[in-house]
Amino acid sequence: MAIKDQTTLRVVLYEGAGAQPLGAADRFAALTELLERGYTVTRTGTGTVAPADRSTLLVLGRFDEGRVPQAEDAEGQVAVHFEDISGQDTAAIAGRVEWHREQRGAARHGEWKPWFPVIDYDRCTNCMQCLSFCLFGVYGADATGRIEVQTNDNCKTNCPACSRVCPEAAIMFPKYKAGPINGDAVTAADLGRERMKVDISALLGGDVYASLRQRSDDAKVRFSKERDDKKALAERQKCLTKLATAGDIPVEVLMSLPAPDEILRRAGEAKAKAAAALAMNHQTQS
Amino acid sequence: MPDAPRILYCHCAYAQVVPPDVKAAVLRRLCESGAAFDAVADLCEMAARRDPALKRLAEGGAVKIAACFPRAVKGLFHQAGADLAAERTEVINMRTQSAEEVSAALASADMNLNLPQGKTEAAAAAAAARKT
Repeated sequence: MAIKDQTTLRVVLYEGAGAQPLGAADRFAALTELLERGYTVTRTGTGTVAPADRSTLLVLGRFDEGRVPQAEDAEGQVAVHFEDISGQDTAAIAGRVEWHREQRGAARHGEWKPWFPVIDYDRCTNCMQCLSFCLFGVYGADATGRIEVQTNDNCKTNCPACSRVCPEAAIMFPKYKAGPINGDAVTAADLGRERMKVDISALLGGDVYASLRQRSDDAKVRFSKERDDKKALAERQKCLTKLATAGDIPVEVLMSLPAPDEILRRAGEAKAKAAAALAMNHQTQS
Repeated sequence: MPDAPRILYCHCAYAQVVPPDVKAAVLRRLCESGAAFDAVADLCEMAARRDPALKRLAEGGAVKIAACFPRAVKGLFHQAGADLAAERTEVINMRTQSAEEVSAALASADMNLNLPQGKTEAAAAAAAARKT
């Protein structure tokens, strides 16, 4: 199941009327533990919090005399469950929340590092270079032909390559180490800097896919003449190392790339998708 | 008198890009303050899920968000179909600011509206060119 189709559990730490407040240290320990486990937690107190939505609510509290409230959503849209945490330490509280998560069939968090591109539409010019470049089908276009991230689960963890090919620095990876890819403001110096304009294809002497095609053809000739697998592998590794260094692309991502022929097939598909999206966008704009 | 801004804290649980001591100190002070707040494990993960909770976090009046860069936070919410309103959102950056600065900003009744907004010249020119 794609992660966007999973349901989630919202935890509420209730410290209002009918419940005893936690000490600040206990509150901090409980919140930290739940956040580390991936839960969304609302702490009630003075002030307002976000309204309820249709997710399942688990309300934790040190309820007076252990009297757990009974409540339900009048409109039947929110399932509400209560758990008395009187006398429970942090580990026990986390254990009870896990139990509720399993009972409700809610998503288990932390099994996937959330690494995916985020488009800055203030900067994006809809040039489709990212769509043309990505071999993993992360990008697509909406009904108006505008670029969008469609399948973020397909993105390769720690690989910022598509942000390197964006001429406007409009692709962010919020968990990247440095700006402007991490979302830091884009400066004129960033845009002018050579590394921002890394054209990965240029590293291979022009169009990356044309170059791969050439390498594929060369390899076929080489194989037919020499049957030298080691030499072909060495050639590929040399090329990939060059890419990894210049584009800050994890070597394991590059090494997991399919064979050159498959890369070419996917690249052809991506280019066709980009061309169709651009045509659609021109049509809707005119 | 308008309601005090809501507070949203992001724990950035799945990466080490926010200094652990900063996020721990900010969360500790929130817990000591007695204020109500929403805390999420990781805004990126929620955006990846297109979590409907982001919509409720984006709606409902002024909000102060302790997370990372404003440009990234704006993009994450947008990508999840839950646009933040520039006229009532302040993003406080735990990647670049100290715990004291972040905590002070969260506690302040004043709003420092800082979501980037508007097309850049390049994007606007490209859009105009497509129209001609």
